[in-house]
Amino acid sequence: MASAYSKDLLLTMYRKMYLLRRFEERAGQQYTLGKIAGFCHLYIGQEAVAVGCNEAIRPDDYMLSAYRDHGQPLARGSDAGMIMAELFGRGSGYSKGKGGSMHIFDIEHHFYGGYGIVGGQIPLAAGMAFAARYRNEDRVTVCFFGDAAANQGAFHETFNMAQKWKLPVIYICENNRYGMGTAIARTSAVPEIHKRASAYGMRGEAVDGMDALKMYEAVKDAAAYCRAGKGPVLMEANTYRFRGHSMADPANYRSKQEVEDERRNDPIPKLREYALKQGFGLTDADFESIEEEEKRTVDAAVKFADESPEPSVEELWRDTIVEPGEEDVRPRERVLGVKVTNWPKYPSGQELKVTWDLEPRAEAEAADKKAGLSR
Amino acid sequence: MPELMYREALNQALAEEMERDANVFLIGEEVGRYNGAFKVSQGLLDKFGSARIIDAPISELGFTGLSVGAAAVGLRPVVEMMTWNFAILAMDQIVNNAAKLRHMSGGQLRCPIVFRGPGGAGGRLSSQHSQSLEANYAHFPGLKVIAPATPADAKGMLKSAIRDENPVIMFEGERLYALKGEVPEGEHIVPLGVADVKREGTDVTLITWSRMYYFCMEAAEALEKEGISVEVLDLRTLRPLDEEAILKSVRKTNRAVICEEGWALAGIGASVVDLIQSQAFDELDAPVVRVTGLDVNMSYAANLENATQPDAPKIIAAIKKVLYREGA
Repeated sequence: MASAYSKDLLLTMYRKMYLLRRFEERAGQQYTLGKIAGFCHLYIGQEAVAVGCNEAIRPDDYMLSAYRDHGQPLARGSDAGMIMAELFGRGSGYSKGKGGSMHIFDIEHHFYGGYGIVGGQIPLAAGMAFAARYRNEDRVTVCFFGDAAANQGAFHETFNMAQKWKLPVIYICENNRYGMGTAIARTSAVPEIHKRASAYGMRGEAVDGMDALKMYEAVKDAAAYCRAGKGPVLMEANTYRFRGHSMADPANYRSKQEVEDERRNDPIPKLREYALKQGFGLTDADFESIEEEEKRTVDAAVKFADESPEPSVEELWRDTIVEPGEEDVRPRERVLGVKVTNWPKYPSGQELKVTWDLEPRAEAEAADKKAGLSR
Repeated sequence: MPELMYREALNQALAEEMERDANVFLIGEEVGRYNGAFKVSQGLLDKFGSARIIDAPISELGFTGLSVGAAAVGLRPVVEMMTWNFAILAMDQIVNNAAKLRHMSGGQLRCPIVFRGPGGAGGRLSSQHSQSLEANYAHFPGLKVIAPATPADAKGMLKSAIRDENPVIMFEGERLYALKGEVPEGEHIVPLGVADVKREGTDVTLITWSRMYYFCMEAAEALEKEGISVEVLDLRTLRPLDEEAILKSVRKTNRAVICEEGWALAGIGASVVDLIQSQAFDELDAPVVRVTGLDVNMSYAANLENATQPDAPKIIAAIKKVLYREGA
């Protein structure tokens, strides 16, 4: 029986999930060695969400996340060494060491950042989707947030606008069941986050976030829905973090048994088992060699970060206010001397023709009339 | 030169900039079909359509954040706050996102956006609707803060703000919108960060911005009759402060009074005093005096409301104090 997926797709997903896992294991280790400070939120256990999603969208689609944000840019193809250098607080990091673990930005790969205020990125994503509609582009925006962010006002205010204006944005709630140390059901009247979409007449669905292929299918379908102008989607990816909320959290609020059970549901071996059965003639050795390659990538990333100098003190005075004529910083150009060719370009105010009628007059007048009648 | 109301000058600036640049859009409560709570956006929906003049739900945090996101990917939003009191709900998006995008991204992103609306006392609206909040925003690196007093400055500075590559916070005033003044037609640009000597004088420098400017002019004119020459310096921009203009005027008159509508503690005037005492201490002939709103919440009753705010008699008293002519 022919596989539903290409060998290439399955191996790419496996490679990326393994990279994310290995990167985070080494980041955790470097944290305990004192090389990384502050808050460091690891993605271990949740890899299927970012990787399944990324393979289902286009490279020029916008993506942004909360502060558990190492996995998504790695899935997008960002440089592992430069992310690790950012975690180390070095000048060769994506944000010159100014952002750290919670604020990874790689605009070249259309990754618009990790945000540290819970739910604060939710309205930003609607605005990026708004810009795409305003410019009549068919790009979608994917916004990740945690389950606890669903109790912020930003979540509700944004969904109302996104649905009303049919914005092409996929909201992926990475429900790892705990907002820091508080189980989501302890603080939520409706802990099934996807059900909340119905309050806004918005499409909402739950997906097995421990399965990369299920994520891939769900996001592919949601992206087609968004691109067709049908409006936003709320997707609840049910997942689990194998580690604590951050490196500072021993996660004593959950039982050993619970974590062990979830570890048996690890998305990485799951994908490997699946791929081995697809008749591509793959063997364990193929996966082991991928793992070896990604281990070397991460080793090199740690070495690169460790050998990079801290940012110069003059950097304090840059990147607060944009001075007249100042260009944007292209990190890989700045750090690696690579010519970056796919930096976003926007139409000038003279070229741009806005054709979108966000609220057609007839609709507005009909709504006015109806309001009058209902009184 | 045509005479326009402050609101008409703002309307002209918006229309001209939207004509010039299709990336500019206006979003806020009642800006479209209602033509603006204070009629600043009068006629713009008909002219530019519903994607560029957007009636937002009453979700200040939501539509502010949405606009910040749009700015991060190349649009140039103008966000109208019905008043700055309501914008307190949006402060997270302004302070934690707009002001920090450039920094957190290490220079990869910029956020060209204008947040504008009326600040200060509106007139018989009690405490929740009568606050001067400019000091709050002036506190944050990554923002620019402006508060023009005259229709001409309102037009020229809004045009500059829309063209600026950074988030700009613009304080207008409910009691300014109907004031008239001469406004140059067409391309009239007032740069941000530049204060303006609105009235030259030699005896004392009177530093102010926004609506308090009119009380200052009233005081200056009254004192002229008593032979006291007051220089009125309109700061116009509160972040960054035009330090050079402040010091230049104080070095000329050797005395200073600062008038602000907001509260004294941690106010803008406190920073201006600090600048003067640290840079021009030897040139002062008297301690600097501040005239501010009283340290209480604003009341509804007319007499209490008036007593809470600065006015010309309070400014005159302060000027006489720095001239050691109290009781004169």
